[in-house]
Amino acid sequence: MAEVGLSGSLRDDADGAASIQIEAATIRELLRKLVERYPRMQSHIAEGVAVSIDGKIFRDNREESIPEGSEVFLLPRIQGG
Amino acid sequence: MAHDTSFTNQEFKIIGTRPERPDGVDKVTGRARYGADASAPGQLIARILRSPHAHATIRKIDTSKAEKLKGVKAVLTSKDLPDLTNGNQGNFDILENCMARDRALYDGHAVAAVAAIDEDTAKKALKLIKVDYKILPHVTDVDLAMQDDAPIVQPRIRHNDAPSNIAQVSEFGHGDVDEGFEKADVIIEKSYKTEQTHQGYIEPHACLATVGPDGQGELWVTTQGHYTFRNICASLLGMELAKLKVTSSEIGGGFGGKTHVWMEPVALALSRKVNRPVKLVMSRNEVFRASGPTCSTSVDVKIGAKKNGTITAASATLRYQDGPFPAIWGMLGAMTSWACYDLKNVKSKAYDVLVNRPKVAAYRAPSAPMAAFAVESTIDLVAAEIGMDPVEFRIKNAAKKGTRASYGPTYGPIGIGPTLQAVKKHPHMRAKLGPNQGRGMACGFWFNFGGQTCTDLNIGVDGTINLTIGTVDVGGSRASMSLIAAEELGIPYDQIKCNVADTSSLGHNDTTEGSRGTFSSGMATIFAARDAIKVMCERAAKEWEIDVKDVEWKDGSAVAKGVRNSNLAPMTLKEIAAKSGATGGPIAGHNEVVADGAGVSFASHICDVEVDPETGGTKVIRYTVIQDAGKAIHPDYVEGQFQGGAAQGIGWALNEEYVYGEDGRLQNPSFLDYRMPVCSDLPSIDTEILEIPNPDHPYGIRGVGETSIVPPLAAVGNAVSMAAGVRMNHVPMSPPRILKAIKEKQAQG
Amino acid sequence: MAGVHVSTTINGDATEFVCHPAETLLDVLRDRLGLTGSKEGCGTGDCGACSVTVDGQLVCSCLVLGAEVSGATVDTIEGMAVGNKLHPLQERFIEHAALQCGVCTPGFLVAGKALLDRNPNPTEEEIRYALAGNLCRCTGYDKIVTAVSAAAKDVRKQQNRKKR
Repeated sequence: MAEVGLSGSLRDDADGAASIQIEAATIRELLRKLVERYPRMQSHIAEGVAVSIDGKIFRDNREESIPEGSEVFLLPRIQGG
Repeated sequence: MAHDTSFTNQEFKIIGTRPERPDGVDKVTGRARYGADASAPGQLIARILRSPHAHATIRKIDTSKAEKLKGVKAVLTSKDLPDLTNGNQGNFDILENCMARDRALYDGHAVAAVAAIDEDTAKKALKLIKVDYKILPHVTDVDLAMQDDAPIVQPRIRHNDAPSNIAQVSEFGHGDVDEGFEKADVIIEKSYKTEQTHQGYIEPHACLATVGPDGQGELWVTTQGHYTFRNICASLLGMELAKLKVTSSEIGGGFGGKTHVWMEPVALALSRKVNRPVKLVMSRNEVFRASGPTCSTSVDVKIGAKKNGTITAASATLRYQDGPFPAIWGMLGAMTSWACYDLKNVKSKAYDVLVNRPKVAAYRAPSAPMAAFAVESTIDLVAAEIGMDPVEFRIKNAAKKGTRASYGPTYGPIGIGPTLQAVKKHPHMRAKLGPNQGRGMACGFWFNFGGQTCTDLNIGVDGTINLTIGTVDVGGSRASMSLIAAEELGIPYDQIKCNVADTSSLGHNDTTEGSRGTFSSGMATIFAARDAIKVMCERAAKEWEIDVKDVEWKDGSAVAKGVRNSNLAPMTLKEIAAKSGATGGPIAGHNEVVADGAGVSFASHICDVEVDPETGGTKVIRYTVIQDAGKAIHPDYVEGQFQGGAAQGIGWALNEEYVYGEDGRLQNPSFLDYRMPVCSDLPSIDTEILEIPNPDHPYGIRGVGETSIVPPLAAVGNAVSMAAGVRMNHVPMSPPRILKAIKEKQAQG
Repeated sequence: MAGVHVSTTINGDATEFVCHPAETLLDVLRDRLGLTGSKEGCGTGDCGACSVTVDGQLVCSCLVLGAEVSGATVDTIEGMAVGNKLHPLQERFIEHAALQCGVCTPGFLVAGKALLDRNPNPTEEEIRYALAGNLCRCTGYDKIVTAVSAAAKDVRKQQNRKKR
């Protein structure tokens, strides 16, 4: 079970919740279950989302595992220059 | 899958030394080839016609006279660029930016293009194209664009159920700022503005495009990401990826401005139309008007603190303009605003606003410098109000391992505390200041990224190695990659030659941005080297007729383990390579990786200035950069990144700005009037590299390229405010602005 | 438009070309003679990336007409090394990492050589002002100044050796 923090527009998609509990072993599974629970998230996730697991930011790697009890945060897919 | 994180205070033999870079001789002899340095037989020269209006409907374009001009081979408008984006708004915006469809959205927006036998003919042809514009009201200021009566840039954008220029509103933060402000002994609230600047790379955008009637094409281009360019060009033009070979030239500076296509699809489309190579080079005027500068912004900051120095609440409202197409720059500003601090109650709200200016692109650590200017200036004001030393105030509130970042996640081990402690100890802080001189310091934060990367490592029969990477080398990373491969393989640095492949010769590599080049290609190089080592151990095992389990790699050789193998002398890489034909063929290592976990990075800068109270002119007399690099692979190039970012930030802080007229036209699209720092403007820039290893990289590498542009606006701002005796809140702090601030203070006083 | 026939000397070699009257020396070098070492950063004489010397004088070749160098000696970056021996400036630039992207480097080397040819013992301030006509966006100029100082030492040593 992971505690997933949401920011900004993702919070609006989750009916205003700042954080939700989801059971997921990988990032891929997490995103799939989020969209199942909150279909409105689909467009923001398609646009691009980064996932922070215990402070490490993952932009592309969907296979990354989510250890039990880790802090997960969904961020926009940021880029640099 | 956890990456190999075997960094545990390793003793490096080769990493951290300063050998010469492989492209050095080419670059000091003029032999290195940049975007405009390639030509092809029979090539045409292309030029683009650009809108002189900030906002206009394009009613009609008559190209007939231009087409008839002798020497003109092709004329192109959006009619020749059908919409193949299939509803992808992001791609459609890129297409529309490359060539206006039914409206011009900024001064400089491309409306037509010509390919002719020489530049003179192309220029003449542009003059013969008749465009019937209906001029519309325009808006170029971010605050004005948010008002209810502002001209609307994109009719599809709505906010609060009405047409608007507010494309996106983002919020980050946690806790309860209202409660936090109630607890404060001192509250400072201030507003700031920063003007638009350009990355200012010395090499303009340039490409040579060739597309044949069989749909195959080649593009030689100056870019930070040739794979990304291939993908977007192919997508917009309906070409297949494998059949469009994109080669990255040497790049003459990018800093984020060469992560987007601006005119390359147009060059390819012209070439395809007429079946001849087309060379398209932007003039400096076009670079300023029609590539991707950074945002102009307007930021409000409020900080509350107790007398003992603890910040009880912090909030920021940020307004960033994206140009005419929705983007995430304001959101990034909101995310980075408070990242340096450990705050219980924090809030950032950002507006991404559309205006009639060129499409904004990333500039080094995009959006962070402007937010940092506002935050770090206010931090100084709060420190002064409670009578606390500005460095101590920051130390007291600095983020650390376990801090909940203002943008959401919790930090692992980070470097801001160490950089602040290093500032305290640095001799710069004890240097004496004279009359009209001031000292300022500031902190900065940036994310750093990983991304898709692959690398090939091929071993020649003489034991020398071709290391093939796909991340464009913007500042010397080929040397760093060779160092990494040499370290892994245990061989001398100069046995390795590193090249950047074209898109046909290696798999996809993400763009060199987000300070990811050394981090990602470094990681892929390490794994490719280990892959090759595996193969070489197998070959040695074959030769020795022993089990490969008994072979290990040590100091550049395969070594047979165990007492019963003690008669076998180690086999060097050279020896194994020499025998490769007989042991199974060419030896190579390969790796594809999605490098992630790049780790965040922090910097603290110290700046001394002298302000002439009569002219408002500022001289930077001393500057120090202290930044955490995780592990500096080639210290010279890490220092170079620190110094380069600082210099850009100094220019941004003191002189650089886009000046727009009432007519919405850019008034200063030249290096004469867009004043970047020259050699005599700057002092030596001292650097101190801290190495707090990134636990998510085998060598502990953190990205370094971007963070150094984040603190300078505020470091210079704090120094100028002290020297001039008045708080500056508008960047650039050019002489007229400083004089005005001094006079206003005197009038009040 | 009739072309202008120009005879000149470039990097020590007799060179002839035909160019338009309004064509710049920079365009002649790059597009007619294939000498792409000099770069166009701005076309208006503000960045110095096109620096060459004409009769020993440092100029922006984008501000000189091709026709103007008739009978003159032009020296570009391509002529700085003597055979396969790099000029001390070229060596020290590599050694001191005085280049990152390298596009401004030819201009800096030509300007640096023009400085050392007339003043082989410049102070840091003299170096900074002599190079103020060359823009660099990558390095912040720090390592460039270090490299020019180091090369100046080499040049003085060479000159002393010649004197003996």
